[in-house]
Amino acid sequence: MTPAISVRSATKVYISQRGETVSLDRVSLDVAQGEFVTLVGPSGCGKSTMLNLIAGLLMPTSGEVLVEGRRVTGPGPDRGVIFQQYALFPWLTAQENVEFGLRLQNLGREERTERAQHYLRLVGLQDFARALPKELSGGMKQRCAIARAYAVNPSLLLMDEPFGALDALTRVQMQDDLLGTWQQERKTVVFITHDVDEAVYLANRVVVMSPRPGRISEVIDVPLPYPRNDDLRLSPEFAEIRARVWRGVHHRDGIAPAHHHP
Amino acid sequence: MGWLYLITLVLGIGLWAAAAALAANTLVPSPQAVVVAAWQVIGDGSLLNNTLASLGRVVSGFLLGVALAIPAGFLMGWYWLARGLVEPWVQFLRTVPPLALIPLVIVVLGIGEDAKIFVIFLAAFLSCVLASYQGVRNVDNTLVNAARVLGAGDWTIFHRVVVPASLPFIFVGMRVALGSSWATLVASELIAAPSGLGRMMQVATQFLQTDRIVVGIFMIGLLGFAMDRMLLWAERRLTSWQEVRQ
Repeated sequence: MTPAISVRSATKVYISQRGETVSLDRVSLDVAQGEFVTLVGPSGCGKSTMLNLIAGLLMPTSGEVLVEGRRVTGPGPDRGVIFQQYALFPWLTAQENVEFGLRLQNLGREERTERAQHYLRLVGLQDFARALPKELSGGMKQRCAIARAYAVNPSLLLMDEPFGALDALTRVQMQDDLLGTWQQERKTVVFITHDVDEAVYLANRVVVMSPRPGRISEVIDVPLPYPRNDDLRLSPEFAEIRARVWRGVHHRDGIAPAHHHP
Repeated sequence: MGWLYLITLVLGIGLWAAAAALAANTLVPSPQAVVVAAWQVIGDGSLLNNTLASLGRVVSGFLLGVALAIPAGFLMGWYWLARGLVEPWVQFLRTVPPLALIPLVIVVLGIGEDAKIFVIFLAAFLSCVLASYQGVRNVDNTLVNAARVLGAGDWTIFHRVVVPASLPFIFVGMRVALGSSWATLVASELIAAPSGLGRMMQVATQFLQTDRIVVGIFMIGLLGFAMDRMLLWAERRLTSWQEVRQ
């Protein structure tokens, strides 16, 4: 079976007045259909660059990125992206935001409304369809952004630290909701985070990256069953994998885990 | 606050009446004389005709200027080639008051509508183009990316993302543009025009009808004020989605 995503020896070099920065250095990664992969690593490890390459918002300096076997040359509605800053259009209501991508697919008004409402219900925002983003809380904004991405029915979801700006409680809730939706829709997900707990809790596979230059340092399987819940979060198996990922993320900087919080 | 506005209005007219009564010069018009003059120009229809002539010019010049300034600002904000080609001219012409162009424009285009509308268009365009350029530069890149990943092309991004996102800036530019359009209009009519409020005042000057001149001044002030309020109202309605920063 063709992998959903195939990153082949991708390198991304940024050129600025101060010289060249190698953001990604010959990185290769395959993601299978329906897989949930998290990318974790300190800032500057190139995880956002990698996501943007898959999204088609950036082009690799060398190497290539294939999605469903086709070379990525630009962004497209087959790959939904969810940004940390929500990126909702502030002048549109929640429902109009969700309809934005549907309009571009030339769907009729009725079908648009129906699909938008379906996805707003899926993320629990059915009562806020007419609210403007400024009237929504951080968590609700991100739910709306998720509904917007789902509505165009992409085969891939690319999420760039989507819960990074949320408080801890909302975050845990959003993780459970996201897994719930993922189990229903079974899309391939690439999810960036720098929270080790989050990375392990969500993923089939955790990809640990290291900075300067950005490389994949380790790929750790998470053979824990779904649906996942709080019991699993507190289980010894979870703790063991978490510890491995933790060491993978932190040992290069020589920071002792005990002095650091995720 | 309403009552305070009323008091200051009554007070101002009272002061004016007193000043006119005390002045030895009979050419200083009293409020009563102005009301009589206003009644005359309303009665013979000349006020309405002149006002419509002025409004027609200002509205068409202003709308043309704004309609061209928004895409021009967009091109400048997005394409370095357009910025390099346009910006030096905009920056240079901006420092020339549009009034300074009137002598040349009258020679080339005559004293008809084209000349007026052109000068007003230029005034509106120059005031608005830099504001919309700034607006485009300030559009959050994440919003543009969000639209692109949903499948939007350049045109969709322009009219469904860039224009609404830069609307707050564009409105600031439009209000400045309206002010300068109006100023330019009256000045150009004072110099040469077959009709319009400026023309009405110009004729009145020749007959020493200072009361009519004051009627013209009031009319210009009222219309400018009303149009500014309309823009402000539209701005509030169209940009109420903004999060208010503390």
